Amino acid sequence: MNKTTATIRAGLARRYARERRFRRFGLGAIIVSMLFLFILLFTIFSQGVSGFSQTFIKLDVVLDEATLGVGPGATGEQLRNAGFAKAISQSLYTLFPDVSSRSDKRNLRALMSSNAPYRLMGIVMDDPSLLGQTYSGWFLADDDIDTYLKGHVDRSLPETDRRLKDQTLGWIDRLEAEGRIEKRFNTEFFTNNDSREPEQAGILGALMGSFFTMLVTLLLSFPIGVAAAIYLEEFAPKDNWFVDLIEVNINNLAAVPSIVFGLLGLAVFIQLFGVPRSTPLVGGLVLTLMTLPTIIIASRAALKAVPPSIREAALGMGASRVQTVFHHTLPLAMPGILTGTIIGMAQALGETAPLLMIGMIAFILSTPEGITDPATVLPVQVFLWSDSPERAFTEKTSAAIIVLLGFLILMNLLAVLFRKKFERRW
Amino acid sequence: MNTSSLLTLLLILGLLSYYLGRKKSLAVSNGNRGQHRLHSLPDYYGYLVAVWCLLPALVVLLCWNMLNTPLITHAVSNSLPPEVHAVSPVNAGLVMGNVKRLVATRSIATETDPVQKAAAEKYLDLQAFSRIARTLVVLALAIGGFLYGWKRVNPQLRARNQVEQVIRGVMILCASIAILTTLGIILSVLFESLRFFHAVPVHEFLFGTHWSPQTAIRADQVGGSGSFGAIPLFVGTLLISAIALLVAVPLGLMAAIYLSEYATPRLRSIAKPALEILAGIPTVVYGFFAALTVAPLLRDLGGMAGLNVASESALAAGLVMGIMLIPFMSSLSDDVINAVPQSMRDGSYGMGATQSETIRQVIIPAALPGIVGAFLLAASRAIGETMIVVMAAGLSARLTVNPLEAVTTVTVQIVTLLTGDQEFDSPKTLAAFALGLTLFILTLILNIVALHIVRRYREQYE
Repeated sequence: MNKTTATIRAGLARRYARERRFRRFGLGAIIVSMLFLFILLFTIFSQGVSGFSQTFIKLDVVLDEATLGVGPGATGEQLRNAGFAKAISQSLYTLFPDVSSRSDKRNLRALMSSNAPYRLMGIVMDDPSLLGQTYSGWFLADDDIDTYLKGHVDRSLPETDRRLKDQTLGWIDRLEAEGRIEKRFNTEFFTNNDSREPEQAGILGALMGSFFTMLVTLLLSFPIGVAAAIYLEEFAPKDNWFVDLIEVNINNLAAVPSIVFGLLGLAVFIQLFGVPRSTPLVGGLVLTLMTLPTIIIASRAALKAVPPSIREAALGMGASRVQTVFHHTLPLAMPGILTGTIIGMAQALGETAPLLMIGMIAFILSTPEGITDPATVLPVQVFLWSDSPERAFTEKTSAAIIVLLGFLILMNLLAVLFRKKFERRW
Repeated sequence: MNTSSLLTLLLILGLLSYYLGRKKSLAVSNGNRGQHRLHSLPDYYGYLVAVWCLLPALVVLLCWNMLNTPLITHAVSNSLPPEVHAVSPVNAGLVMGNVKRLVATRSIATETDPVQKAAAEKYLDLQAFSRIARTLVVLALAIGGFLYGWKRVNPQLRARNQVEQVIRGVMILCASIAILTTLGIILSVLFESLRFFHAVPVHEFLFGTHWSPQTAIRADQVGGSGSFGAIPLFVGTLLISAIALLVAVPLGLMAAIYLSEYATPRLRSIAKPALEILAGIPTVVYGFFAALTVAPLLRDLGGMAGLNVASESALAAGLVMGIMLIPFMSSLSDDVINAVPQSMRDGSYGMGATQSETIRQVIIPAALPGIVGAFLLAASRAIGETMIVVMAAGLSARLTVNPLEAVTTVTVQIVTLLTGDQEFDSPKTLAAFALGLTLFILTLILNIVALHIVRRYREQYE
């Protein structure tokens, strides 16, 4: 054994140890990243699942003429002015006959969410035969009650530090013993709009706003993006300064911060062209500009993957270049283009910052019915709720995030399925 | 007629003209003893007539809709009595804003100010007139275009070539939207920034160390004088970005190296999609996570260690932003590492190097330009990231590099300045555009340099 081999031998153990250490670092990096993903999803889901259920209280409401002021056979107009709030309060007083003082009665009424009378009115309007009878049904409880029953209130705290007083807790205990209070799946979360009351807040308005915004984005960005990609990939002359300029711009726009697009939307679309603020129309326009680079880059890759032999065959048969592209190249590239489009739309669906700039952050109580109605979108709703001080909004925020993530996962799965089903190796 | 019904009508006219144009082409060719005398397929004659019918009408409709509101506003603003303008330009703007509100909410009858009432009525009149004129002009163009195109149909007409020319033109237009967007960004941000720099000198903005944009709107109000020194914002942005990059670059790079050099196909097929999920989560979700989970956790941990951690610490925002950037960094580095030719690895193994020595002494130096490019792109992302910092970083501008304190960033200030209620022309809102300009220029430089390096590097091994 010569001297060199001996030196190498001597160093081998150290080098192998270093090798193992390096490997462990790499594996560690992946594990840490996975761990972050897991913690993130776990936190959101564990907080959000309870957001889908809400506390309801069962009331026996006496719908007689003495309380409501209207009897059987009342018209819709009379019903709208009838004393449903009084009926709800009466049913509470009969449950707790021992409550007599004014302030105690007020506390008792605070058990119920403020929309209980409207719910009751809706029920009676759907079924006027209930008038004069006793209706027993489940009504939303106030968010403080809900937060307590979900275990977020510590009963051992001194009474002055709690939002719920001993008196209210006693009532809740009695309701629980009688089986009149329970957590149920909250359908109103999907059928209500935003509200200042956490228990009444829902995501319907935001969902519709997202739908209209995505509609505008898709209708504009898909045709424009595909046309631009076809031009750049199939027709554009090589070594042309104009084409180079377009390419540099597309690559650069893909990396411009999204908030800058919001500034553009504010200054150009709203201030200059007078597109109405806060609407899905202006939101869709801004998101179109943001999504275009993604769609163009994906479409170009898909077009490039179609082998030249297809084009040559078509041209050889006497087709013009436009015919070649639209009859042969484009249909073959379509799966790739659609995959890219879905991914671009998923990005647009989760985008928040530019929409804050163009006023889609307003508190909106009505469901948008078109692309020119003021609206907000799902991620902005998440942002708005996360800013609210009430404890009950935290779980609402997480629940809205779960819905948002659900849509994103659905879209990405669709993209993956598309790729799997139509992918061709040439 | 409103825009959507006008569009529907145009669509019907377009289909009709396609049908009639195609029919006429067949008729004229039969007159010339057989279809083969037509220059193009009959369909192309139909398309060409439809193009003549729709293209001019649609272009005019688009321009009309874009210019409608600005022109009417201008006309009404000019028709306001001179004493309104005499007060100040801002006053005229306020009056116009009120007039628009009256029109939008249809509450003209309840308005008491005669000047605004008259202006609102004039606005409505002009709007109604514009709508009728638009319908007439667009329909006249559509029908006129159809008649012209229809008359031109004859067997010698090179219909296919003309249709293809139009398709080409439309495609070029679509491709140039990228240029128009960049131009729009630069012009809109630059224009408003220049107005801001009239009020606040550039050097004061760039080198001032005090940021408090609260200004008194009226002279008699008590309020800050408003100072716009952006240094604290730049420092805050850099601090949070640096923390994010400290998390993302080592983790992302090591993950990419492991995945491309060591991992079994099985691990790769699990880890890559998982990283893609991390990349697909909206930033607002990260922001919520940072504000409600990470920040309180860090504060409590700091409290246990005897440190005073702010509840909106730069550390929380930076840490979560780093998590967001891991997949970005790893997928870019994965690309560049995979682009290193296998022959270089084989050469190194042949010389007796271990795998980690090969990676450290051969692959990383060879991939370095690409990795630097990825780093710059990640940095540009971090600087421009908005939602995480809006939700998890502070609002008050403090000049500090202590990661445990609350700092504010450029993007947070843009959002704060523009989402409040104030009129458009105050220095406060204009300051947002100046910040936007700074952000755009900074990220533009980073992006161009990064893309240039990455492209040069790719060419090297192709």
